Amino acid sequence: MNTATHDLPVQSLANPAAIAFALLAGLALLTVSGMAQATVLHDAAHDQRHAMAFPCH
Amino acid sequence: MFRNLLTSAVFAGLGAGLIAAALQFVFVIPLLLEGELYETGARIHFATDSSTQSISEAPGLGGEWARHGMTVAFNLVSYTGYGFVLVALMGLAALRGFALTARTGLLWGICGFIAVQLAPAMGLPPELPGTPAAELQPRQIWWVSTIIATAAGLGLIVFARGFLPLLGIVLIAAPQLIGAPHLDTYFGVAPPELSAQFVTQSLGCALVGWSVLGFLGAWFLTRTAEATRPAFA
Repeated sequence: MNTATHDLPVQSLANPAAIAFALLAGLALLTVSGMAQATVLHDAAHDQRHAMAFPCH
Repeated sequence: MFRNLLTSAVFAGLGAGLIAAALQFVFVIPLLLEGELYETGARIHFATDSSTQSISEAPGLGGEWARHGMTVAFNLVSYTGYGFVLVALMGLAALRGFALTARTGLLWGICGFIAVQLAPAMGLPPELPGTPAAELQPRQIWWVSTIIATAAGLGLIVFARGFLPLLGIVLIAAPQLIGAPHLDTYFGVAPPELSAQFVTQSLGCALVGWSVLGFLGAWFLTRTAEATRPAFA
């Protein structure tokens, strides 16, 4: 009875809404940790930006 | 469904970020602190007293726990951010019918390393503190464009058919042929050996971080998906 579901090649790992949300959340986090130039943020993230090769300064 | 994707990204990001941060404190941060000695002038390479040598010795990590704590924290933020994007793309590929396992997740992670670390590093090598470089914004633009073009190119090579993989090669090569923004002169004050070592060490640590990120992302994603699937068999 479940064979049809079982044979589906598509893994039901995610839906489009979740994918879009995850993309936006990821880009937001990376903007904070790697790109934003606010002084406080830059100084706190400084060593990590160098170590992770974000363009810094 | 929504939760699977997000929790997988967060767990994978935290795991990869912790491992990458640990490796950085062994391999990268000591070099960074040594580079800072040249940035501040505490040490001078090719000093005017005609000495052409500088001592090769990294300072200890010191007692700046707040500073190092921030480095760990932002590693977690960065890897979680990359984790969200990577897991989203894995989910997208799965929607299109490309099966995902923890093993193929490892390949996803290595491709992420190529797109996000290796390709941009060809034009903009990881910078030791005290290495003056061109204006920030053009470099950020080239960096982001290179990552997008390389990731899209890798995607075409892996997933597309016909002539599209060839287009993928063009996409990967284009930013390198255009070239990253650079200064007209060399300003570096640190010994070249130190800069070179910093680049290779940080790339090596990033490869480990990205491999872990891809493996864990796929492992959590396929595991949670199976757990919520009705039990056949």
